[in-house]
Amino acid sequence: MSRQRWVYAALLALMLVLPFFVQDTVLWMKVMCFALFACAFNLLLGYTGLLSFGHAAFLGSAGYITGHLVKELGWPTELGILAGTGFAALLGFIFGALAIRRQGIYFAMITLALSQLIYFAAVQLPFTHGEDGLQGIPRGMLLGVVDLNSPYAMYYTVLAVFLGGFVVIHRTIHSPFGQVLRAIKENEPRAISLGYDVNRYKLLAFVLSAALSGLAGSTKAIVFQLESLTDVQWHMSGEVVLMTLLGGMGTVFGPIVGAFLVVMIEDYFASLGEWVPVIMGCIFVFCVLVFRRGIVGEAAALLKKKR
Amino acid sequence: MSSQVLLGQLLIGLINGAFYAILSLGLAIIFGLLNIVNFAHGAQYMLGAFVAWMGMTYLGIGYWWALLLAPLVVGALGVLIERLLLSRLYKLDPLYGLLLTFGLALIFEGIFRHLYGVSGQQYSVPAALTGGRNLGFMFLPNYRAWVIVAALTVCFATWFLIEKTKLGSYLRAGTENAPLLQAFGVNVPILVTLTYAYGVGMAALAGVLAAPIYQVSSMMGSSLIIVVFAVVVIGGMGSIMGSIVTGLMLGLLQGLTKAFYPEASNAVIFLIMALVLLVRPAGLFGKEA
Amino acid sequence: MKRKSHAAILSGALLSLMGGPALAQGPAKAAAPKAAKFSDDTVKIGVLTDLSGLYSDLAGQGSVVAAQMALDDATGGTGKLLGKKVELISADHQNKADIASSKARTWFDVEKVDGIFDLTNSAAALAVQELGKARGKMVVVTGAGSTVLTGKSCSPTGIHWMYDTYAMATGTGSAVLKEGGTSWYFLTADYAFGHSLENDTSAVVKAKGGKVLGTSRHPLNTADFSSYLLQAQSSGAKILGLANAGGDLINSVKQAKEFGLTESGQTLAGLLVFISDVHSLGLETTQGMYLTEGFYWDLDDKSRAWSQGFFNKHKKQPTSVQAGVYSSIYNYLKAVEATGTDDPATVTQHLRSITINDPIIRNGKLREDGRLVHDMYLLQVKKPSESKKPWDYYTVKQTIPGDQAFRPLAQSECPLLKK
Repeated sequence: MSRQRWVYAALLALMLVLPFFVQDTVLWMKVMCFALFACAFNLLLGYTGLLSFGHAAFLGSAGYITGHLVKELGWPTELGILAGTGFAALLGFIFGALAIRRQGIYFAMITLALSQLIYFAAVQLPFTHGEDGLQGIPRGMLLGVVDLNSPYAMYYTVLAVFLGGFVVIHRTIHSPFGQVLRAIKENEPRAISLGYDVNRYKLLAFVLSAALSGLAGSTKAIVFQLESLTDVQWHMSGEVVLMTLLGGMGTVFGPIVGAFLVVMIEDYFASLGEWVPVIMGCIFVFCVLVFRRGIVGEAAALLKKKR
Repeated sequence: MSSQVLLGQLLIGLINGAFYAILSLGLAIIFGLLNIVNFAHGAQYMLGAFVAWMGMTYLGIGYWWALLLAPLVVGALGVLIERLLLSRLYKLDPLYGLLLTFGLALIFEGIFRHLYGVSGQQYSVPAALTGGRNLGFMFLPNYRAWVIVAALTVCFATWFLIEKTKLGSYLRAGTENAPLLQAFGVNVPILVTLTYAYGVGMAALAGVLAAPIYQVSSMMGSSLIIVVFAVVVIGGMGSIMGSIVTGLMLGLLQGLTKAFYPEASNAVIFLIMALVLLVRPAGLFGKEA
Repeated sequence: MKRKSHAAILSGALLSLMGGPALAQGPAKAAAPKAAKFSDDTVKIGVLTDLSGLYSDLAGQGSVVAAQMALDDATGGTGKLLGKKVELISADHQNKADIASSKARTWFDVEKVDGIFDLTNSAAALAVQELGKARGKMVVVTGAGSTVLTGKSCSPTGIHWMYDTYAMATGTGSAVLKEGGTSWYFLTADYAFGHSLENDTSAVVKAKGGKVLGTSRHPLNTADFSSYLLQAQSSGAKILGLANAGGDLINSVKQAKEFGLTESGQTLAGLLVFISDVHSLGLETTQGMYLTEGFYWDLDDKSRAWSQGFFNKHKKQPTSVQAGVYSSIYNYLKAVEATGTDDPATVTQHLRSITINDPIIRNGKLREDGRLVHDMYLLQVKKPSESKKPWDYYTVKQTIPGDQAFRPLAQSECPLLKK
């Protein structure tokens, strides 16, 4: 559909020229990291129908691993990010293998319990520096040549990571594998009766979602040059659910829109004071009651009606 | 560790367990009938404590009246929530109920933090229950003895109500087949509303019980809610006796952990939750979904 | 169709990777202003605090109020210093280090803020000080306790103004020993901050001939302390040292009272207690507890006069953190006036050369590692009968001179000190 292609092209062009028009590139990098996180989460929720309440574990632990390797062991940045992503994938495999056996609410609760264990580990382990956080993570040189301390270099690197992750998700969604995931979401017994080993599909989706969440976390740790307990708390798991719900689960662009809005609201209201949690709560309630398809979902439905 | 000190730790664990029991019971009831994971339970617990405090500070209403009043006030709020908001979600995936109540929790906690800050308010132990008794192996504050008595009484009264009375049988029928029950002429929507209100009222009652001993602040529920969820999941969501027994057991277990390896006393509950869910996914006392 | 859009995205990704290095040499964004006397002709101050979370009572809005007071007093109400405008902005970091970090980045790079103050929450403070170090900007911390700020992470333009965990621990430990508290049991929050409070206090207690009879490490955000209090009671220690803060502290104190610890002969020593905590707990529960603070509103006439001004605006007496925000901003502005420039290095140098005495800080000397050394006070909470007016909570037991309270320079791991 050429309309969709124009949308892709326009957005891409916008993102490429953004640093020349805005002064605060770090904020946009934050948006991209969270957009990747939300898209990865949506792969599991919107396309496989699995609500995980423990995704913060992947975001945060990958960030800590990357931060530690790059800062204390002097690893090159790109290897650090890869290592963080790999760790998240491994963690995803373990969590997934344990959680997949159950459905619905029980699945969500297992993921919550497991991510709480990661939180406790993060508080205790010395290398995370607990409450102080892992500070002063060097940005380093990408591939040994690009100095990431330059805002431009960092921005384009994050953009590349985001686009890369997004392409992976996009391909997954539109592949036969993705079709099976959607089938599982809509009617799992039927999928089983068709002969699909649903548990393997779910596990793979989980690992992929975890890995990309880890990628987002690792990149974010490099951008901000720090990693703190905020990223492994269950509130963070709630935030990514909010982003996906607000943007529209089961849509390709929904999580990006949701992430953009949530990050911007948090940033904007930081200057105004203390109403951020209440606003988030109101958005949750509003979305659940009247706005279930999320912004992108509602917009798409509206466009369909107009035709 | 001497057996004396151990005995003391076990008693304390039991008291905490009773507290967990009353909180998880409310959640279990709500999940059993409404199939909703009431994430707002912690905030409603906080509201109960605050109603007690506000009653004391603004209206001079004492603790004993607060025990009755707070559950009624917060229960009424529960009725509003159920009628206006939750009832729209029953036909949908239970996930939406979870998200809605999660949002409500954020709103309630945010409002109270704005009004009263985070350090907390003073609420003293009622005069009749101050002081304590030296039991030989430990000093037991009278108030704690009262908490365990009150909590267990309410828990068993609830169990009796649900398992042994006609009203309770309607409730149990409703969890299994609501339309059929409706066909028999029972007003199921009202039953559902009252059930939610009852569960919420129990949370508020726990809040009043907690006010003299725990910090009364806007955040008091959010650290507790996650642990209570774990308790409910371990016991088996929807099982009444399961929640009571599990609450007590986990309180005891946590008490032992605090005595021997306190650093892990919060983590141990989640570890158990993960283990139970793997081995018996419906919980220790639940029925397989 | 899909392949074409994938190609578009992938080429976008490649372009980005190529564009990155090409532009890495591009216009430097965060270049420090060349030796202008006043960068952009304004002195811009940022108060980055916790307005909505755990620390909103001890800092929060009160810090913003104090900051405005400092601005008014330093400029004589005109809002101008040496003809240049002085501006104040504030924001809520919501206790998240990454929000603090991105706000600080925006402030330094885009809004040309010259100095960031308050920074309650150690992770946020450390993150912002790192940024300040990289950009050569002023960062003055009043609300966080981590000694790493003047240790491994010290900055030439970073100042730790009010308290830190070492001062609280050592101050309370040695002073309570003098009062007769020779045997201790610790109730410690099981994370870095709690451990360092416990370790620093234990060290001074043992060094001065006292004994540590035991310790209970509890997880963060514990509601029920009865188990630990039981163990503390059976240890027979004279002092129960509370190495925790916030909600944990409040619950420990409340339940200690409930379990009759004071009646059975134990005195509480809070290692990180603020007047906002005592206010919320009430004198009935906290009476007799020892604590150390860097400021008390009722200390003397000077502090009373200043605090009255604060009370009129905020309706509560100031905590030491809020008072510290006032003091740090006031002295910063005075230093700017004295040196005629807002260049952070010059201002910091000036602050090191003077002794700071204002309604809040007494005998303050700024050290090379960024630590402001000043008098601290051992306080004891009054009995309800002894309290004659609202917020009359403490008796001042001892004044602890700065050089006894704070970590000696020789023990600091600050890299700036290696000559």
